[in-house]
Parts: sequence; structure tokens; C-alpha cells
Amino acid sequence: MSDIHTSHDGASHGSYKSYIIGLVLSIVLTLISFGVVMTGSFGIPTMMITVVVTAIIQVLVQLVLFMHLNTKSEGGWNVLSFVFTAGILVLIIGGSLWIMHNIHINMMLG
Amino acid sequence: MATDTIKQHDAHAHDGHEHHDAGAMKVFGFWIYLMSDLVIFGTLFATFGVLATATAGGPTSQEIFELPFVLVETFLLLISSFTFGLAVLAQNAGDRGAVLKWLAVTFLLGAGFISMEIYEFHHLIAEGAGPDRSAFLSAFFTLVGTHGLHVTFGLIWIAIMFFQISKRGLDSVTMPRMLCLSLFWHFLDIVWICVFSFVYLIGAM
Repeated sequence: MSDIHTSHDGASHGSYKSYIIGLVLSIVLTLISFGVVMTGSFGIPTMMITVVVTAIIQVLVQLVLFMHLNTKSEGGWNVLSFVFTAGILVLIIGGSLWIMHNIHINMMLG
Repeated sequence: MATDTIKQHDAHAHDGHEHHDAGAMKVFGFWIYLMSDLVIFGTLFATFGVLATATAGGPTSQEIFELPFVLVETFLLLISSFTFGLAVLAQNAGDRGAVLKWLAVTFLLGAGFISMEIYEFHHLIAEGAGPDRSAFLSAFFTLVGTHGLHVTFGLIWIAIMFFQISKRGLDSVTMPRMLCLSLFWHFLDIVWICVFSFVYLIGAM
């Protein structure tokens, strides 16, 4: 029992502090993200950049502070598998948008 | 020197250590599953991104998205992710009552989220903006619906976990399951960040 309580190497351990910091940061980032779109006083590029940047930061905040993703847990295999998956996602999403955008332009579908 | 310490440690708490390792392995295996789930969501996001403007003369994203509604949904899911964190902390402290309490709170918040989503879908379909109206709406319902289905299964899992822990207590069987469920629940909140950012907020611009 004490073994489980005292070890700090698993993917499962956190503290009140990390959860509360994670929650506060997530709330702030969510409000910035919705605020910049809902006030309607910003241009499309400003809104777009703000929403994308706050989303990326919030994903990282929750990965680290809620899911305790770090290079030490499971000898780094958690992070390695995540980085691999992120690479696949870049290929799937980036590739799809890129190729379909090109087809759209070359077919002149309006 | 270091090996000696490890050997001593192993001899000392061999039984408990092995259990912990098996539990950690289970949680890591679950992490690999989550990564494959992430690829599913990635393909659905890619599909939505390609079809977002293919409205076929039907309602556009600017017309149907109601951001204040989505903001409330977002807070329900975000706070439920936090309360699940508190359940894990209670488990680390060995406090069964607190684990059950925070599981119940998480369940209610998640149920609130899913009720709002069902209301939104019903409202859209009743207005003639159902998944059969355009490619944009098909992609929207598939992506957001897949996330909602995950949350629904998460709720079922939380309910099962609640009864298992109240019956068995916190042991080597229930504790790794709780950790897998916590990863699942946090993962769904992370996917939702991408949904509200890339579907709702960018769609409403």
C-alpha cells in the first residue's frame, strides 16, 4: 500500500496544486478564446490566431497538469507514443486540408 | 550501488511492487488505446475541415452555432475533468468516501454536458439542420456526435466504477481501472477543447 502512495514515477500522480493551476489556466484560456470571438470587435485574422494559439496552450496545459504527461513516466513511452500520434495527426489533417484545397482551386468549383 | 538499492527494495516489497507494475502496465496499455482513439478524432476533424463550407445552400455554421450555449457546455466538461482529478487525489490518499463523492459530482457534470448536447442536436434537427441537410452538417454531427458517444460511455463507466468501489473498496483491481478512467475522462475534455475551438469558434467567425 505504502509503495503506491509514495512512488512518483507513474502516469497517475498529481497534487491539488497541479489540478488547481490546470483548472485556473484552462478557465482563463477558454474565456480569452470565447471572448475574442463573442465581442465581435476583432478582425478574422486576430480571432483565428487567438483561438488556435489558446487551444494549443490549453491542450498542453491539460496534458501536463491533468494527465501528468511527462518524460519520466513509463520511461518516456507515454510521451513518445503521443509525439508519434501527433505526427500522424499532422499528416492526416494537414494533408487532407492541403490536397482538398488544391483540388477545390483546380476544379474551380466556385 | 544503485542496483543494490533496487534489489533491496525489490526484496523488501516484492508483492506490492509487482501489483503496482501490473497496474502501471494496464494504464500504459490504455494510453496506447487513447492514442488510437485520437487518430479517429483526427480523421473526423480532417473530414469536418474539408467539408466545413460545403453547406449545399443550407444553414451555415454562422447561422446555427450559439456560442453562449457552447460556453456553458465547455465549463461543465472542464469542471468535471477537474473533479475527476480530485477523485484520483482522494484515491491516492486512500479515502474511499471522497472518491465516491467526486465520482458522483463528475457524473452529474458529465450528464449535464450530454443533456445539453442532446438538446442542441434535437433543436438543430427540428429546425431542418439535421445531418442529412448538407455535407457540412453530416461532418458536424459525426464529429460532435462521436465525442458525445464517448462521453456517454464514460458516464456508464463512471457509474460502474462507483458501484465497484463502493462494493470492493480501493484495491489492486479497482485502482488501475480508476486511473484508466481518469485518463479517458481528461482525454475527452482535451478533444472538446479542439471541438469548441476549431468547430464552434472558428465556425462562428
